[in-house]
Amino acid sequence: MFKQIAGLLKYRRQFLDLLVGVPHYETYVQHRRTHHPDEPILTRKQFFSEAQEARYSAKGGKISRCC
Amino acid sequence: MSIHNEVCGLRGNWKSIVLWCCVSLLGAVSLAIVALRRGETVNAVWLVVAAVCFYAVAYRFYARFMARRVLEIDDTRMTPAELHNDGKDFVPTHKGVLFGHHFAAIAGAGPLVGPVLAAQMGYLPGALWIIVGVILAGAVQDFIVLFASTRRDGKSLGDMIKDEMGRVTGLIAMIGILGIMIILLAVLALIVVKALVGSPWGMFTIACTIPIALLMGAYMRYIRPGRVTEASVVGFILLIAALIYGQSVAESTTLAPLFTFQGETIAYLLIGYGFVASVMPVWLLLAPRDYLSTFLKIGTITALAIGIVVVMPDLLMPYASKFVNGTGPVFSGNVFPFLFITIACGSVSGFHALIASGTTPKMIERESHMTMIGYGAMLTESFVAIMALIAACIITPGIYFAINSPAAIIGADAMQAASTISSWGYSVTAEQLTTLAHDIGESTVLSRTGGAPTLAVGMANILSNVAGGKALMSFWYHFAILFEALFILTTVDAGTRVGRFMVQELMGTVNKRLGNTESFAGNLVATGICVFAWGYFLVQGVIDPLGGINSLWALFGIANQMLAGIALLFGTTILFKMGKKAYVWVTLLPTSWLLVVTMTAGYQKLFHAEPSIGFLAQARQYQTALDDGRIIGTAKNLGQMGQIVRNNYLNAVICGIFMLVVVTVFIAAVRMWYGIASGRPYTLHEAAYAARDSKSKEGVKSRV
Repeated sequence: MFKQIAGLLKYRRQFLDLLVGVPHYETYVQHRRTHHPDEPILTRKQFFSEAQEARYSAKGGKISRCC
Repeated sequence: MSIHNEVCGLRGNWKSIVLWCCVSLLGAVSLAIVALRRGETVNAVWLVVAAVCFYAVAYRFYARFMARRVLEIDDTRMTPAELHNDGKDFVPTHKGVLFGHHFAAIAGAGPLVGPVLAAQMGYLPGALWIIVGVILAGAVQDFIVLFASTRRDGKSLGDMIKDEMGRVTGLIAMIGILGIMIILLAVLALIVVKALVGSPWGMFTIACTIPIALLMGAYMRYIRPGRVTEASVVGFILLIAALIYGQSVAESTTLAPLFTFQGETIAYLLIGYGFVASVMPVWLLLAPRDYLSTFLKIGTITALAIGIVVVMPDLLMPYASKFVNGTGPVFSGNVFPFLFITIACGSVSGFHALIASGTTPKMIERESHMTMIGYGAMLTESFVAIMALIAACIITPGIYFAINSPAAIIGADAMQAASTISSWGYSVTAEQLTTLAHDIGESTVLSRTGGAPTLAVGMANILSNVAGGKALMSFWYHFAILFEALFILTTVDAGTRVGRFMVQELMGTVNKRLGNTESFAGNLVATGICVFAWGYFLVQGVIDPLGGINSLWALFGIANQMLAGIALLFGTTILFKMGKKAYVWVTLLPTSWLLVVTMTAGYQKLFHAEPSIGFLAQARQYQTALDDGRIIGTAKNLGQMGQIVRNNYLNAVICGIFMLVVVTVFIAAVRMWYGIASGRPYTLHEAAYAARDSKSKEGVKSRV
């Protein structure tokens, strides 16, 4: 039971971020570290700015919210 | 792949059998109480229980049937999130987290407004359509589009239609999508206008959201980069402070006039705002307000759900009102087809097809998660619609009609309105109307059309019963107005950007240079075109003799259902291509229903002899009066009379275009199906199958 709750809490931040459509920075860092260890990693600020731009710029006809 | 061969039914587990028998029985009993009890009021909880049981059974059986038999969901197959994992857009994401993401993206103002308007026919027709519609049409559409996009590396609906159904069909569909976008923005903005007319309290809090958002934007950019939740908490506290101070503003004789506006003024303010907001950097205004409104939305919806269960209000609206015959004041037209386009989102919403082919498919961890995210999230959205319906139906019917009938029908004075509405058989006194206005801190409740004020009154009723009592009624009312207006304005801003892009892409198909999205001047022009387009319909709605919602909401509903029809035609096409001839009825059934509904509604909106329904009839009515030099309806002068005539012709043209788009896509689809059936070669444009490596075998075992 406690394990399950702890498991859920682990996802809390990612859940809140993705609820508003912001990719989770920690996941990104982890991904870069494991899969591209030699390449530079964006700072939180760079990552966040790029993500915001990508979400609303509507390039590629991307629609992020509904009626 | 053992899961595919399993029988869809229960696995001989008696506990499961007993459980699902109980759920089905409970659902049937609740629905029977909701539908059949006559003469005494029905508690709203029965409606909640009926809906939840039906959703549960549909999810357990129909969604699983779709996953296993129709779509053959395959957990040995790598998803785009795994194949293209970049830690950012393509990320395998826990299904609960992704469910939240997807639900927050599909939940908008639509499911809160449609059911409120439909409540004029009583609660039963709306409730039935919401429940049956979502199970057989809405959730099916979301699920199949999410599935198709996930199998195609997360492609958008437009691209998938181009690939599978041809370029021309894709282009036509895109024009349709732009059309619905424009009408959507206009009608949503109109709802905000209607809610804020003559309401200094509401206007003040909405105005405050702008500096609050700027502050949050700066905080997330410079002070604590990327800390969305922190900034949102700060923003929320400021928002509540603004809301509380708003009461003093409304009561102050010096400040209140500064925030009291006519409808047309608010419309022009919104248009100007829409233009400025959508050329500003996103991090400054749009993004922070989006975060704030999303958290607020999820929080409020949860609060409403808890409130309904705790307060257990009675449904005061009859199960079917006398207006099922199509003579209602809120929107005109018969149950068929107009109920089915009035409640679009909540039952089936074509717009979701755009979302389900957006960011979500790029984050699916396992194909089997799509059942919960595609089908399940839409069921949840439908539940939101049920709650909105309940919020509207717990209001005394007489008061409901006072809020939702245009001034042209009930007049602008409480005595007159009360006697008109009482003469329809829904008794209400002038005193009741003025008391309510006083309780919610507004000058009047008459003709506050558009759905938002009704929902706010209903929510204030429920929430003030949970906390605060009568004293906090006005707070909760304005809280509800704020929450709706906030996310509608965010949609207006975000939607204008999307519309701008579509305008540019369409221009790009004519001339490559016009479609350059990097050019600043080009962006301004395209934004201008987009804002002008929805702004025109907005102003038209504000001066419309029947209140605007009557014509614009119908157009929006037709457009949205039309898009759903297109998405389902696409779904049927890929089922044919996948060789699933035996199961095409899964999409063909809702497709045919939606086509019948949209075409009938479109035809009636065009040619119906009743001026309140048919655009052409109303144009003729006003033209005749104009020719005689008479001023009728709410028109103030001959100029406005001419305007109303032109607006009706324009609405007729738009309606005609929508119908043409559907017919073209339909013909293209049928030709393709015929070709496939008669053995012509075709290709399914799915991405190549990639097997998950043997290490992660647990995926295979996970249940659909």
